[in-house]
Amino acid sequence: MSLLALVLVPLAGALLAGLDPSRARRLAWLGSAATAHLLLLALAWGGALERSETLWLRFDPLGGLVLTLVSVVFLAVAASSVFYLRREVPRGGRAYEACLLGFLASASVVCLTDHFGALWVAMETTTLATAPLIYHPSDRRSIEAVWKYLLICSVGIALALLGTFLLALAQGTVPGSPDLLRSTILAAPRLDPVWFKAAFVFLFVGYGTKAGLAPMHTWLPDAHGEAPSPISALLSGALINLAFLAILRVVQVANAAGQERALAPVLIGFGLGSVLVATALLLRQRDYKRMLAYSSVEQMGVVSIGCGLGMAASYGALLHLLGSSLGKALLFLVAGNVLVAYRSKRIDDVSGLIERVPASGALLLAGFFLLAGAPPFPLFWSELAILRGAFLGGQPWVAAALVALQAVAFVGVGVRIVSMVQGAAPGGEVPRGRESLWLLLPPAGLLLVALLVGLVPAVQSVLLAAAATIGGTAP
Amino acid sequence: MIPLSEAVLVLVLLVNFAVLAASRLTFTIRATAIQGVLLGILPLTIGDPWSGKSLLLSGGTLALKAIVLPNVLLWAMREAAVRREVEPSLGPIASVGAGVLSVGLAQALSRNLPPLDAALPRLLVTASIATVLSGFIVLMTRRKAMTQVVGYLMLENGVYLFGLILAGRVPLLVELGVLLDLLVGVFIMGLVVFHMNRELESLDSARLSELRD
Repeated sequence: MSLLALVLVPLAGALLAGLDPSRARRLAWLGSAATAHLLLLALAWGGALERSETLWLRFDPLGGLVLTLVSVVFLAVAASSVFYLRREVPRGGRAYEACLLGFLASASVVCLTDHFGALWVAMETTTLATAPLIYHPSDRRSIEAVWKYLLICSVGIALALLGTFLLALAQGTVPGSPDLLRSTILAAPRLDPVWFKAAFVFLFVGYGTKAGLAPMHTWLPDAHGEAPSPISALLSGALINLAFLAILRVVQVANAAGQERALAPVLIGFGLGSVLVATALLLRQRDYKRMLAYSSVEQMGVVSIGCGLGMAASYGALLHLLGSSLGKALLFLVAGNVLVAYRSKRIDDVSGLIERVPASGALLLAGFFLLAGAPPFPLFWSELAILRGAFLGGQPWVAAALVALQAVAFVGVGVRIVSMVQGAAPGGEVPRGRESLWLLLPPAGLLLVALLVGLVPAVQSVLLAAAATIGGTAP
Repeated sequence: MIPLSEAVLVLVLLVNFAVLAASRLTFTIRATAIQGVLLGILPLTIGDPWSGKSLLLSGGTLALKAIVLPNVLLWAMREAAVRREVEPSLGPIASVGAGVLSVGLAQALSRNLPPLDAALPRLLVTASIATVLSGFIVLMTRRKAMTQVVGYLMLENGVYLFGLILAGRVPLLVELGVLLDLLVGVFIMGLVVFHMNRELESLDSARLSELRD
């Protein structure tokens, strides 16, 4: 079996689900394709799937890590969709499951392909597959959100295509070579520095738009805030990481070409800018889903800073990417539970979670501690590694700015989360103890995975191997 | 005599100006259709015209950019009864002025880039960058959602022109994937515009302002 199975299984699931008139069977297709994808990935980690020439697929630690993260988040999203679909007609209507699985298939291509052109095509496909899931044709706010999402991401991605062509030019003019853009990493020492710098600028701005880095992040809070909660979890836990993976692929090429020093200021600058903008706007939010969305921008900024610092911080950046994505997907799923119980997205309308929906309240607190970097969770280690990288790299001011901004964000989010969890519950229709298992198991599962990421030694060694390809060293 | 490819590129630049100066929405959509025809001819004037790949690409580009996409947009306009004025926030004269500036900038940039294959038309890089910039001008200064789609199409056309520098060296699968993504993307945009108009009674994306901080 080849790696192509990781693309074909969700694709086949999408076709079957798209054609099936029965909702129960469509859900079964969704669940089984998501499970099969995760199992196939386990085989791929064991080295049982060989590379495929059709879409230039190969398995490396960096792509494998991100795809595993996507697959885990996807399974949680699929499971929580069971409850969502029971309550309302899903966005995308009958195509809901097909769109989700189409996203998973293109995510596999994004993570595994060796070819920057195929990466681009698959990346744009993830935008197109998720747009119908955000979009409700008769809800003004969702139309506005989906419009911004489609237009801003498509324009950003068009710039990334320009960057992809520039990268091909940087590779030199070998006439008639069909392998253009392929295995760029191997050919990297021959890259033309002028064309490569131009390529990096366009690729960074283009994919950075989709990764939600400020100032190109403007679509993100709207799309995350307006989408149904399982979809918000998917956007935040999977989609924006795929875009950041594309940036990491360029960083890989730069490292192989010995030109990584030129990229560091861009990564650190945009990273710090994102943390700053996100922290400032986070404090002004009255809507808890939008608050979480800005926290995604902030986390992406931290990851970008870590990659820019390099060395010990690269390992931290990858660990941060994993931990914060799991935490964010968890929190968006729990936010969906809160929305079900309180029917309001306003922070002021929610109080006494621990009394009204105790399990969701506890999960919300746990998710907050996960993101805040409390010790058993991976974000504690990742933040330490990034700060260490900043000091060792001779840039202590980056560490100082990061600590200060994150402290402000911590207090800002903490105060709001605590006000939601504690206090007296307002009178309402949903009585105590009526929390569906479908609403609790997916976020609880994500919490468990996040704990394991920080504790299992095998994960550490894979992370180190992946970090080594983007200029990282052991912390 | 001017080579055919250079002449086509001059026409591409002229279409940019036509869109920047236009006041009728249907006219801008038809103008992008004409630009699509020009882009479809261009691969045949560069390199080997009768290879299967360049014929396929040329045919795909013509079908998509000259016929399908403009018709999707015209359909959405008709069905959603969009008013026909462009309603720019930057007037036609200022827009054309910005267009002239973008051509100048593109020319300056293309002269400073490392030299390319001598067989390529000299205007290619200039026309590409100028079209990308014109697309940006339309995106930034037109408030109607439909006109923004036109701007996005122009931007894509500029990127496509740049891709011609690599003619034949990007795998067919990727080229077709790019076209397919564009098709689906514009189709969904057309659909959203249709619903947007039904909900908001006008396609003014400036009135989409409920979500802000």
